[in-house]
Amino acid sequence: MSEQAGTLPAPAAIPFRGGGFAPLGSRHSAWIAFAAVLAVWQCVCSLGWISDLFLPSPLRIGYVLEQLIVTGEIWPHLYASAIRIGGGWAIGTIAGLAVGLAMGLFTIARAVGLPMVSALFPIPKIALLPLLILWLGIGETSKIATIALGVFFPTVIAVYSGVDSVPRNLIRMAQSFEVPTHAIIWKVILPGAMPSILAGFRISASTALLLVVSAEMIGAETGIGAFVLQAGNLMQTDQLLAGVLILSLFGLAIGRGISALERRYLRWR
Amino acid sequence: MELIVSGICHDFGPLAVLRDISFRVGPGEIVALVGPSGCGKSTLLSIIGGLARPLSGTIGTVGPAPQDSFNPLTFVFQDFALLPWRSVADNVAFALEHLRLKATERQAIVADVLQRTGLSEFAHSYPKQLSGGMRQRVGIARALAVRPEILLMDEPFSALDAQTRDLLTEDFLRLMSGNRLSAVFVTHNLEEAARLADRVVVLSRRPARIREIMTLNVSRDAREPLYIAEHQRALWSLIRDEAVEAEREVIDV
Repeated sequence: MSEQAGTLPAPAAIPFRGGGFAPLGSRHSAWIAFAAVLAVWQCVCSLGWISDLFLPSPLRIGYVLEQLIVTGEIWPHLYASAIRIGGGWAIGTIAGLAVGLAMGLFTIARAVGLPMVSALFPIPKIALLPLLILWLGIGETSKIATIALGVFFPTVIAVYSGVDSVPRNLIRMAQSFEVPTHAIIWKVILPGAMPSILAGFRISASTALLLVVSAEMIGAETGIGAFVLQAGNLMQTDQLLAGVLILSLFGLAIGRGISALERRYLRWR
Repeated sequence: MELIVSGICHDFGPLAVLRDISFRVGPGEIVALVGPSGCGKSTLLSIIGGLARPLSGTIGTVGPAPQDSFNPLTFVFQDFALLPWRSVADNVAFALEHLRLKATERQAIVADVLQRTGLSEFAHSYPKQLSGGMRQRVGIARALAVRPEILLMDEPFSALDAQTRDLLTEDFLRLMSGNRLSAVFVTHNLEEAARLADRVVVLSRRPARIREIMTLNVSRDAREPLYIAEHQRALWSLIRDEAVEAEREVIDV
């Protein structure tokens, strides 16, 4: 039975104090905002308020991009960049996984590796390209090495901190069932470190993209970076922006790939 | 199989933790370890289960381990220690995967323990989808899967709410009854110790020594609330002063 408030004085209302701080995403508004920006941009260009030379219209960029694809002019550039990113990222990631895992698991590796990685991580890797060109020549190797170096350090840190953050009680649990060491690494430590490893992949992939463009702008004849730089030198802003658009799509595709990996391996979260 | 804990001493650096701890756990017996907070109960359990190395003393068993036991001394953890990326069935199977068992045999064992712990319909759920009580059931199912002789339980019910704890305690007693299984469990809950244990090892504050080993003569299934309450009070009177001292020590630190 509920209590009756009958004879009591009217209660003072307690003001609502909660709410807020819980922003929600909305797919539709993002698309609408994006379309609005494109529409304004197109209007500004069509009305001739800004010269085509400084800012080509979205439709113009789309047309140029289509032509680059139809004539096949863009493919060698895209191919060259993809090979450099793929090679550099794979080498940097494999090395980073091995070193990060060793630092997460073994005292000596951690004692030696941690100060070294901390000291070398902040160096902008693109600054090492001239040195790497000196050592490895102007060809592909120096560019791939630059990307690999740039990928290596964030991967090491992500893997190391991921392994370090795996709850020790899970490892003790596995030991209490006499699970062999290699199985503990494979079935407990690596899956436990996976969120951090995949977050590291996201960072290292964007670093790889940044470095490939920079390296191609410094010393290459093919590649999206070289294509963008050349278009800038010739004041072909429509081609330049088409190149930038391709880079954005490239970055977006990599991001999608990593999101797919996260859906596959981090479903449990 | 009988467990013999003999003369265990342990230090954490300069801090003396355990001193000359000796007791036995007979077949089918449940022994509770109680004592003031921070006295080293969990450390002692880790030493018994081979997860920590004592400074001195030995842990041994007398009598042969049954042939079908895959892991005679098996832990049940306070925080469940489940792999969050594995389903319930796969968490249970984890304890068996490194053994030379056929896949069908392994699946049969998993299905059997899930059924015994009332988890069959949650076999494909993930730990985050389960309540605390169900998670600890998974921890118990995983321990039972390796057919242990002695369960080592570190505050197995302390992370659960009171009602769930009562339910799991009943289930635990049912699993233990008519079984050769023994258990050593650490607890802060003296009522739990008086209800579940055949003997209670009462430890002093740090450095922990055995203060008393209390034997509860009435069988576990036949204990009346009054009997449990009396023994709970007796245990509390044994550790109350020590607990007060230990509490002050913690504050001083």
